[in-house]
Amino acid sequence: MKILVTVKRVPDTAAEKRLDPADKTLDRESVETILNPVDEYAVEEALRLKEQHGGEVVVLCMGPSSALATVRKALSMGPDAAVHVHDDALHGSCAFNTAKVLQAAIRQVEPDIVLCGSESTDARTSLVPSALAEYLGWPGLTGAKQLEVDGATVRVHRETENGYDVVEADGPAVVSVVKGINEPRYPSFKGIMAAKSKPVTDYTLADLGVDPGEVGTAGATTEVVDFAPRPPRQAGQQVKDPGDGSAAVELAEFLAGHKFI
Amino acid sequence: MDLELTPEQEEFRKIVRAFAEEVVGPRAEAMDRAGALDPVVLDQMAAMGLFGLPFPEEVGGMGADYTTLCLAIEELARVDSSVAITLEAAVGLGAMPIWRYGSAEQHQRWLRPLAAGEQLGAFGLTEPAGGSDAGALATRATLDGDEWVIDGTKALITNAGLDRSGLVTVAAVTGQRPDGRHEITNIIVPTGTPGYRVGRSYAKVGWHASDTRELIFESCRVPVANTLGERGAGLANFLRTLEEGRVAVAALATGLCQGCVDECTRYAREREAFGQPIAAFQAVAFKIADMEVRAHTARLAWQQAAAKLDAGQPFGREAAIAKLYASEAAVTSARDAVQVHGGYGFMEEFPVARFYRDAKVLEIGEGTSEIMRILIARSLGLG
Repeated sequence: MKILVTVKRVPDTAAEKRLDPADKTLDRESVETILNPVDEYAVEEALRLKEQHGGEVVVLCMGPSSALATVRKALSMGPDAAVHVHDDALHGSCAFNTAKVLQAAIRQVEPDIVLCGSESTDARTSLVPSALAEYLGWPGLTGAKQLEVDGATVRVHRETENGYDVVEADGPAVVSVVKGINEPRYPSFKGIMAAKSKPVTDYTLADLGVDPGEVGTAGATTEVVDFAPRPPRQAGQQVKDPGDGSAAVELAEFLAGHKFI
Repeated sequence: MDLELTPEQEEFRKIVRAFAEEVVGPRAEAMDRAGALDPVVLDQMAAMGLFGLPFPEEVGGMGADYTTLCLAIEELARVDSSVAITLEAAVGLGAMPIWRYGSAEQHQRWLRPLAAGEQLGAFGLTEPAGGSDAGALATRATLDGDEWVIDGTKALITNAGLDRSGLVTVAAVTGQRPDGRHEITNIIVPTGTPGYRVGRSYAKVGWHASDTRELIFESCRVPVANTLGERGAGLANFLRTLEEGRVAVAALATGLCQGCVDECTRYAREREAFGQPIAAFQAVAFKIADMEVRAHTARLAWQQAAAKLDAGQPFGREAAIAKLYASEAAVTSARDAVQVHGGYGFMEEFPVARFYRDAKVLEIGEGTSEIMRILIARSLGLG
């Protein structure tokens, strides 16, 4: 079984993020970057599938050349190989164009299943897994809290407010996983060392036959029109009781005035 | 001597830190109360390869070095000294002598399961009547055909009474040398050997979750093939083992110092007194600044000793200096960390209370502070 996992380099979740005023994209160089946290769950799930069914795990990353560190981080958990798509023309790609490029790379790898994290912590659109399934023409099973592969059948448990839905499809399929589907392993020292020498295939847009005009800022289907920092929080209104209990009335009126009660 | 860590070591330090914060930290107080380690923690440490760090891949190790082992010990000790000492004793004292002095066959048979963390090893040197005076052993082993027959008692032994305890290397008197002193030989005794009994746990001041036992040997027979290293080389071999262990204990003490800095920095920013965070008072901030100085200095000291060890250079003096400085720094920082926390520092919900109890033994184990001073004085041609 050939299992492909998509991974993304994102700014450290705890870090202060900054947008570049020139082109309104995230300034990725100014902050410490990490492997998108939920992607660790996707990598772990891929490794578990391999442990059950045999085969190989390939990591796929689209991102600037500096994203190689993220690729190696994912490889240190245990995958066999990686594909890294980087091209200057990709800068500013929207979610749909990202999916389009990933789709072209996936066709080169020809996996039996594609696993994605359900969202990235930077843009948080959650669009890529579904768009990827659409462009590939494969079933898309999103939000998996549990995954089983039984022959050609791919089955996921998708958590809902009341319980879970069981969704099933014939592979190849795209599955997006949520946190809690497993407990990602910590890489071993040997894993870190081994990751340095695992094969990483580099693709440019030309290699994938993707027209640079269709992706990046040039081909983006969405545009950031404007951005502004969140205004500083205003001081709250304090209610002091003069000693006769009248503050209760004032509080009730405040809550009623804002339709809380 | 290059003290810079490699990018891979830096990466690994971050991973062990994440493991310590996410898996060990939340369980530390409960493990301390229960007086036992959570198997989940040991299993994950094994899966991460922590027990095989300094051994080559041919014997099931990770192919790293002593410095990398010490990095892991330091990061674990930042949150839990019991977990850190379990790793230190298992690798530095249990497995390391088998790697250093064992035959290829002994590596495959005994070291492999230890390096994988499936079993933990112990080192049986200290006795009820003697610790620092290691030459004055009373445990005896006599040859009977092709078997050693061991009789005696070992005291304060780490990692011998756990479900996964696999073996103990026993230092025993096996005869007399021409100069009249004891001939000492190290012998591997697997758990479960008839005549080898593991006594009750001690009630300790600290390191509650770490396993410490008395071991009793009564006509305990093992094959002569279990001899570790040359017959009569026992004293030299365990002295070298202890010398290495001092570097690891210094790293452990550094972790505890760092834990004090981290806990106090957080608390001093949150806790208010007289209308401002207590961090604003120099009486508090200076205490924490001094803790930072100790953690930083202790780290430089163990890293330099470990770098010499890894480079194959003499490191005994540096190990003694690092061990002495770091352990006394840990005791001082833990005492001050409790003080910064005030009354809450005396409460077990706050990690610094545990740090305070865990710190003292660092001045005793793997050579007392007094022994360290003797070694350092001797290196100056004194005493």
